[in-house]
Amino acid sequence: MSTANMNSTIVNTTLHAYKTGVKRGLIETRITLTTVSDLLGFIMPTGIAIAVLFFMRGAQFEGSPVSLGSMNMPSLIGMNVVFGGVMGIVGTLSMDRTNGTLLRAKSMPGGMTGYLVGHMVSTALFVLATVVVMLTAGLVLFEDLSFGTPDRWLMFLAVVLMGIVTTLPIGAVLGALINNPKNMALIMLPFMGMIAISGIFYPITALPGWLQGIGQALPMYWMGLGMRHALLPDAMSAVEIGESWRTLLMFGVLAAWAILALALAPRLLRRMASRESGSAVAARRAEMQQQWG
Amino acid sequence: MGHPPAFDGPVIAVSDLRMRYGDKDVLTGLDLEIESGGVTALLGPNGAGKTTTIEILEGFRARSGGSVKVLGTDPAHGDERWRAGLGVVLQEWRDNGKWRARDLLQHFGEYYKPYSEPWGADELLDLVGLAPQAGQRVQTLSGGQRRRLDVALGIIGRPGLLFLDEPTTGFDPHARREFHELIHRLTDLDGTTILLTTHDLDEAEKLAERILILAGGRIIADGSPDKLARAAATTAEVKWLQDGRLQIHATDDATDFVRGLLATDGGTVTDLEVHRASLEDAYLSLVARFEAGQAEAAVDTFKEATA
Repeated sequence: MSTANMNSTIVNTTLHAYKTGVKRGLIETRITLTTVSDLLGFIMPTGIAIAVLFFMRGAQFEGSPVSLGSMNMPSLIGMNVVFGGVMGIVGTLSMDRTNGTLLRAKSMPGGMTGYLVGHMVSTALFVLATVVVMLTAGLVLFEDLSFGTPDRWLMFLAVVLMGIVTTLPIGAVLGALINNPKNMALIMLPFMGMIAISGIFYPITALPGWLQGIGQALPMYWMGLGMRHALLPDAMSAVEIGESWRTLLMFGVLAAWAILALALAPRLLRRMASRESGSAVAARRAEMQQQWG
Repeated sequence: MGHPPAFDGPVIAVSDLRMRYGDKDVLTGLDLEIESGGVTALLGPNGAGKTTTIEILEGFRARSGGSVKVLGTDPAHGDERWRAGLGVVLQEWRDNGKWRARDLLQHFGEYYKPYSEPWGADELLDLVGLAPQAGQRVQTLSGGQRRRLDVALGIIGRPGLLFLDEPTTGFDPHARREFHELIHRLTDLDGTTILLTTHDLDEAEKLAERILILAGGRIIADGSPDKLARAAATTAEVKWLQDGRLQIHATDDATDFVRGLLATDGGTVTDLEVHRASLEDAYLSLVARFEAGQAEAAVDTFKEATA
């Protein structure tokens, strides 16, 4: 076989693995939609968030023209994009190492590529579905939220897509590092902390300066800001740091996180994959049974 | 049903394979060659290194030393095409539990399309006897059904070599028999070489044309079930009643001993019995001594018995 021929064969087989992965993502999504427990896992958190916001309609933040509920709505959408994108991948990667799904993927030609692409696709669809449901609820419940002009729609779409592109690779990096479901707490606790200092439920300016600094180094604050930018009246930027939406910086920070995660992810995922074997899966499962049983 | 062989020589060629975890040597110079076709059993007590060996061959584990070729390629450097030529069935697999059986086979078959003509999902469900469960979610299958699905997934790309790691662990006798029948069906499809590990001699004798016994980090016996049985049966136990008392004597040459006994007893010997030690006896004593921590002694005795 000539080198050119061989190269085109490799391109073809890689392309085939990607295509099969997209199919896998669609099948996984269909399975989620037809599995009661999976559906509840989707409906419950979203439903609770919407219910809480509904009761906060009357509450006001000092001197702001809109209710605290309508301020929180976009921030919560932003939070859900980050949470769903990161935790969706982390949770799946760690579970799938215990039940052997990852090892199965490793045992097939192009299987690992297909598996990862599949989960990127199904997680992205999951995040998009959450966003659509919350946005619909928000537009119905809160009069202050509005898509006045087409550029608002574009901004909204751009921020959501940016958020997905940023959070999936972050999830892959963290998921590759966490080799056991019991270590999920190592990620969940800092995650909760990040939510607390990212101005999701209350404007970040209410926090001490150093916490504001940490919050602004992390992607969640910027996702919330981007969503508020897209959904709230322009006058609301007065509540934000620098009394501005800081559009360029927002995209810049999210892009920086995306690039960092995309640079780290392939190497970490390869390391993760190379460590999978039947006895590794059995050992993890034995450890889990010991703890739970 | 196998892959077109892209190499000459044995399906598996291993020489001086070594594996060390920390300061513990698990494999201490394992040599092994398996030609194309048939079923080979890697038999040994738990902890003898069977799973380690098979994981190295599957390319799932890096070795400490020695040379290994599987389908003509070093598993440490196997590419996707090489991977497509292997089928792997593990002890316990609970992956993709929410999928329906047919969907899973259909989808996983697609991964092999650039390399071979994979089995159709329905054909394969028929072959492994799961046609009635085609629409069932994988997590609702029984243990035996699940393992048969694993075999279906293992052979879906028509592999040249299929690994089965302790395939019947935890099975009831019925599920076990059904599984053995499935393996016999697979051997009728030509071109696939099967390597299975088991700690159960009975299973090895039923399924394999060749048995390799792994203990003390290397292969200590190698041959057809018949050959191993004959080799193990060199010592015999002679029992008889004389003057109302039970007499027992162990000997290497039972014929000669009995001839002498009957020539001199004056007609007082009754109820004469000669028992050949079976392969099972030899293997069980190996396992017992192995588990008692006398690995080296166990290996030596067994070698003497089967040499």
